[in-house]
Amino acid sequence: MTTITLAETPLLHAVLARADDALVHAHRLSEWVGHAPMLEEDLALGNVALDLLGQARSLYTYAAEVEGKGRTEDDLAYLRDAPSFRNLLLLEQPNGDFAQTIVRLFLHSAVLHPFWRTAMGSSDATLAAIAAKAEKEVAYHLRHSAEWLIRLGDGTEESHRRAQEALDRLWRFTGEMFAPEDADLVARGVLPDPASLRPEWDATVARVLAEATLDRPKDGWMQQGGRRGVHTEPLGHMLAVMQHLQRAYPGATW
Amino acid sequence: MYTQALNQKDSGPQGTQGLVEDPERLARFEARVAAEDKIEPNDWMPEAYRRTLTRQISQHAHSEIVGMLPEGNWITRAPSLRRKAALLAKVQDEGGHGLYLYAAAETLGTSREQLVEQLLSGKAKYSSIFNYPTLTWADIGAIGWLVDGAAIMNQIPLCRTSFGPYARAMIRICKEESFHQRQGYEIMLTLCRGTEQQKAMAQDALNRWWWPSLMMFGPPDAESSHTDQSMRWKIKRFTNDALRQQFVDATVPQGHYLGLTFPDPALRFNEETKHWEFGEIDWEEFRQVLAGNGPCNRERMEARRRAHDEGAWVREAALAHAAKRKARRAATPKLAAE
Ligand SMILES: [Fe+2]
Ligand SMILES: [Fe+2]
Ligand SMILES: [Fe+2]
Repeated sequence: MTTITLAETPLLHAVLARADDALVHAHRLSEWVGHAPMLEEDLALGNVALDLLGQARSLYTYAAEVEGKGRTEDDLAYLRDAPSFRNLLLLEQPNGDFAQTIVRLFLHSAVLHPFWRTAMGSSDATLAAIAAKAEKEVAYHLRHSAEWLIRLGDGTEESHRRAQEALDRLWRFTGEMFAPEDADLVARGVLPDPASLRPEWDATVARVLAEATLDRPKDGWMQQGGRRGVHTEPLGHMLAVMQHLQRAYPGATW
Repeated sequence: MYTQALNQKDSGPQGTQGLVEDPERLARFEARVAAEDKIEPNDWMPEAYRRTLTRQISQHAHSEIVGMLPEGNWITRAPSLRRKAALLAKVQDEGGHGLYLYAAAETLGTSREQLVEQLLSGKAKYSSIFNYPTLTWADIGAIGWLVDGAAIMNQIPLCRTSFGPYARAMIRICKEESFHQRQGYEIMLTLCRGTEQQKAMAQDALNRWWWPSLMMFGPPDAESSHTDQSMRWKIKRFTNDALRQQFVDATVPQGHYLGLTFPDPALRFNEETKHWEFGEIDWEEFRQVLAGNGPCNRERMEARRRAHDEGAWVREAALAHAAKRKARRAATPKLAAE
């Protein structure tokens, strides 16, 4: 099988976007396993990665169903090239140090949690079912990353500096999380309106940063493009690694 | 398994060599062990028993942790989402095994920090098997099938080992290891039912992992020190050679079912003994790998040290934060009372 591109209806696009978010983030977190600062974190980051991978699989399976061309979760994950990936730029950023990984997880979980909680009431039954499971998982991701951010911010001088640097570095990718969703999907109650999630995100960020004694960076120019396939450089490398076997042995079953 | 440590000479810590145990307590201890009583952390035990077990359990823990590396090498490249999830969960299980085992070792009086320090300084050993590289996806199948398979052979008897915390940890761990073994075999089966290239990949993995897997059981009985005492204390229940033979007998038919050939021209079934006879193991290779000259010894230790060093600031932050919280909690009621 060579590279595939999908004719994306608004629903297919929206489902793919969430699936790609989960897969790309799971991939990054899985890179820590065996290399984390302590054994407990090897396990915890591995758990979060597994949750996200599970969410990605449910969403890809649904995307394939929405497309209706008999494709599988693996076709969608392994046979699309970077410009067809719809994930947020934030989630493809390299792990950096532990502070960057935690900040990335926190900033995204703080919006993903209200996203899934709202989507539990989706008019789309499949999305509502996925949301019911994901909501519980992401609640833990949010709690875990917030606790770490507080420890790092209010820990040592060095950990404080690293946590603040990570926030300053990744903040430019947060605007994209609130970019408008397809108006019709929102109107029909399929997916939450991203703008409606913002007040809760702001409040969570404010509360955790205050406890972590960290400063909220200024909302400057925001990097966008992930949802339309205009990515940062690291994504191509990630996919080259992730997709290599499927590409090298087309059509094989694993 | 990762019980290769049992074959190292027990020189004892400085000053305890030649320590003579109270004969009466020793006799009572030996009688309890002989009666299959479990020894618990607060029970009296001979120093040599404590030392041998600490070494064995911590070596087992280190093996689980270092063992995360060769398989972790393929998490980002797993060829399907189902395989990726299974591999990630497997590597995570191994980390969990490391955690339980460190906890079991700690009950004998050595802290996890000290044990990890022994690993990072090169003083403590881990299983030789994890010094081999994972070069293709088939290696993930071969490791599950052979390495977890060999670990199970070794560890099932340890579920009845005399030291309670270790025996209990083993019961839980063995369940997961047999799941890993089936999963690995299933990867091999899928490859062998796949394309010619996939089958060749599976064969190549068997060629590279077969002999190192046999070495996991440690040196031949004739060269193995301390087996007698470990057997009497029920730390060990079968000899290296007996377990190795059991593994070969179980594994060879599985390999044949896959349609693979074992890289041993001397392999033959003995109709009289009903055992598979196998060729001479290259013990020089085994000694070299244990001495640090395996293909990946340096890389494995470097990876562990790097994770430890680069994570130091995180662990310090967690400690500093916990101390601040504690201080604040201690200060709050006092302020309220004033
Ligand atoms: Fe294990
Ligand atoms: Fe094990
Ligand atoms: Fe295992």
